[in-house]
Amino acid sequence: MSQGKGLLERLERKGISRRDFMKYCTTLTATMGLSSAYVPKVAAALANAPRPPVIWLALAECTGCAESTLRTMYPWIDQLVLDIISLDYHETIMAPSGEAAEKSLRDSITKNAGKFILVVDGAVPTGDNGNFGTVGGKTMLELIKEVGPKAMATICIGTCASYGGLPAAAPNLTQAKSVSEVTGLKTVNIPGCPPNPINFVGTVVNFLLFGKLPELDDKGRPLFAYGQLIHDQCPRRSHFDSGEFVTSFNSDEARKGWCLYQMGCKGPDTYNNCPKVKWNDGTSWPVQAGHPCIGCSEPNFWDKSTPFFKSS
Amino acid sequence: MARVVIDPITRIEGHLKIEVEVQNGKVTNAWSSSTLFRGIEIMLQGRDPRDANLFTQRACGVCTYVHALSSIRAVDDALGSKMADNGRIIRTLLHGSQYLHDHMVHFYHLHALDWVDIVSSLKADPKKTAELATKLSPNSPEAGVNDFKAVQARVKKFVESGQLGPFANGYWGHPAYKLPPEANLMAVAHYIMALKQQARTARLMAIFGGKNPHVQSMYLGGVTCATDLTPDRIAEFKYLWLETMAFVNDVYIPDVLAVAPFYKDWAKIGGTQNFLAYGDFPMGPKEPDSFLMPRGAIFNRNLAKVEPVDVSLITEEIKHSWYEGDPKGLNPANGETKPKFDKYDTEARYSWMKAPRYKGEPMEVGPLARVLIAYGKGVPAVKENVDAVLKHLAIPADALFSTLGRVAARAIETKVIGEAMGTLLGQLIANVKSGDLNICDGRPWEEMPSEGMGAGLNDVPRGALGHWISVKDKKIANYQMVVPSTWNIGPRDAADKMGPLEHALIGTPVVDPKRPVEILRTIHSFDPCIACGVHVIDTESNEVYKFEVV
Repeated sequence: MSQGKGLLERLERKGISRRDFMKYCTTLTATMGLSSAYVPKVAAALANAPRPPVIWLALAECTGCAESTLRTMYPWIDQLVLDIISLDYHETIMAPSGEAAEKSLRDSITKNAGKFILVVDGAVPTGDNGNFGTVGGKTMLELIKEVGPKAMATICIGTCASYGGLPAAAPNLTQAKSVSEVTGLKTVNIPGCPPNPINFVGTVVNFLLFGKLPELDDKGRPLFAYGQLIHDQCPRRSHFDSGEFVTSFNSDEARKGWCLYQMGCKGPDTYNNCPKVKWNDGTSWPVQAGHPCIGCSEPNFWDKSTPFFKSS
Repeated sequence: MARVVIDPITRIEGHLKIEVEVQNGKVTNAWSSSTLFRGIEIMLQGRDPRDANLFTQRACGVCTYVHALSSIRAVDDALGSKMADNGRIIRTLLHGSQYLHDHMVHFYHLHALDWVDIVSSLKADPKKTAELATKLSPNSPEAGVNDFKAVQARVKKFVESGQLGPFANGYWGHPAYKLPPEANLMAVAHYIMALKQQARTARLMAIFGGKNPHVQSMYLGGVTCATDLTPDRIAEFKYLWLETMAFVNDVYIPDVLAVAPFYKDWAKIGGTQNFLAYGDFPMGPKEPDSFLMPRGAIFNRNLAKVEPVDVSLITEEIKHSWYEGDPKGLNPANGETKPKFDKYDTEARYSWMKAPRYKGEPMEVGPLARVLIAYGKGVPAVKENVDAVLKHLAIPADALFSTLGRVAARAIETKVIGEAMGTLLGQLIANVKSGDLNICDGRPWEEMPSEGMGAGLNDVPRGALGHWISVKDKKIANYQMVVPSTWNIGPRDAADKMGPLEHALIGTPVVDPKRPVEILRTIHSFDPCIACGVHVIDTESNEVYKFEVV
């Protein structure tokens, strides 16, 4: 078994040029809010070997966070999975099922105890002794309590794992809670419903680059992605300042792209970088599509931000 | 008798558990159990009906968008929204985009590894692989000798690193894998290619939906994307759609046709009896008349008789589900959701899913149901493509009632629906050109009715999807969803009749109960949207395999 070569060498072997590689390092570096002087360091971090082991547990979730991660473009998902990390357990994409899948989980935990990165999507149902959600005959509550403390770091991807999210919305029948509430672990939270994959990948790169997790706000969110209000970065902000508001979705004001505040936009209360990086390779984001921001990266937004539309 | 537990089933969305008995190397009994309850219907009570689509969309992030669509249609129905034609077109284009994305990801990333042996690809001759790929599909991209050499080198390097990640402990080398090394290498190359293509195809939904997953542009009578009805946005959509269709025609369809001949025995395994489709893809304002994929029901595999659908005859039975109430259940328009977990017991209650029945019968929904109903009704685009596939594989029409039939139907409808998106795009361009920029019902909320009942019926990638809503005082009084995977994967009903997946598993060969790749083939052919575990009981050896969760 050869010890893995650096990523750049692996990429070059399959025809990805140094220039392409530097391009995606530049994109990541910019998202992380680092100066361009860091680009070579990001490149070096990604080229490290062996690939860091990652275990991804899916709890009370919808798989939207996993799907969102599949949409990453800088790097692409095949590069992330084949060349950058070692994704040892992820139910949505892994080849084996059942016993063989459990073996993958056990093997990685045993071999990498205290060294693997744990990624969690979904909340933890705690009601009725955790019986509202089971995997492999074990409750999700038991599973996360067991695996969580063995990880080097825990990244909560999505608002459910970070803060309880949708399953925890009133009346919270299953008494769903966040990973940190249940385990007492300090988690890195990448909220959003789902989050933009660039924020998750940026966090992983930050870890590889500095050997530590990024600087967080008081809600556990990396400042490079969640350091500013949507409202302060919004391209429609000048309309807000000029008092130009949309009052009907089917109107000239809507077609002119005026401010959606009076329709219920939660941009003024929401920390995220959607206006800056946008979604799906910069294609759009909800406000660009004429819809108010629903504040999906804030704790309890399903209750706190609803009704999403203002009644008048 | 042995009991084998495969838990969890992977490469699906969500949490599911299946138990089967095996006798003489074949499945003789099966139980399907969903193991996660979140209670979305109950949390909607008392909320603003316009918020419902944002909540329900979170039922699933794989089949993202579809619950938003059925939800907003239910609210439109309940409140009498005035539908904007552009709203109808854009919602349908978003739906077509979801099909293109979803079926591609299912075939390559959720299903292919049941048929494709990655390790075998290391033995392939890249030159022969290039010849094979070009023969199967003259326009196949990245099909040169060097392309396949590079893929093979990448797989080799990955294997040699010793860090196999998600491919560790796969069923590699299992005798049920039948493809020659060259076909395996081609499939692995296309697995990687599709990983990139799906991220680009998802951009289609972001153009008019703001983002993917979980679009955010639905409103009463249409959509909110007022600033996106511009030539540059429409062109962006068109060229991404063309790029995706090229992948469908030059890679996806040829791959299905290439793999199928090696697995023709699967045209006799995994079939069910009855099929239901609500129909979808309104090509004009009249519904359901203008649907591209028609509404209908087929009983006992009788393709000659496609019956009309009366949704008042749907019941959701709960005898074997962890809910309180009448075991025979209720029609979803008056449905209730009262969870009560006791224990997992295949003789009593064993699933969080209810058992939906139509006229008291279990019904398969999804690509195969849609294609069979369209075929039975003689829809030209479907008939032409189905007949071409049957001819290519030299199999009769009744071979469609199978696991392989499900895989083929999914590919066929991807092509048919994808092509229809061109017509829809033409309609949008014509409207915009004529100055029609209306996108939704812009009436103030105060002027909308305070009460109403409505249903939103759609046929989404995994099958017939219905949302039922009752509105009182401008708030949601009751909400029920009957989702495709509940039809397909749900448990036994009040009369103890098996659900479609349970029925389909009967007769599945199992060479090695410890490595039950055959069972996964039929489970994955339904594209279940719930995470699961499978329990296999071998009635000969009486052996119980138990698998720990760490």
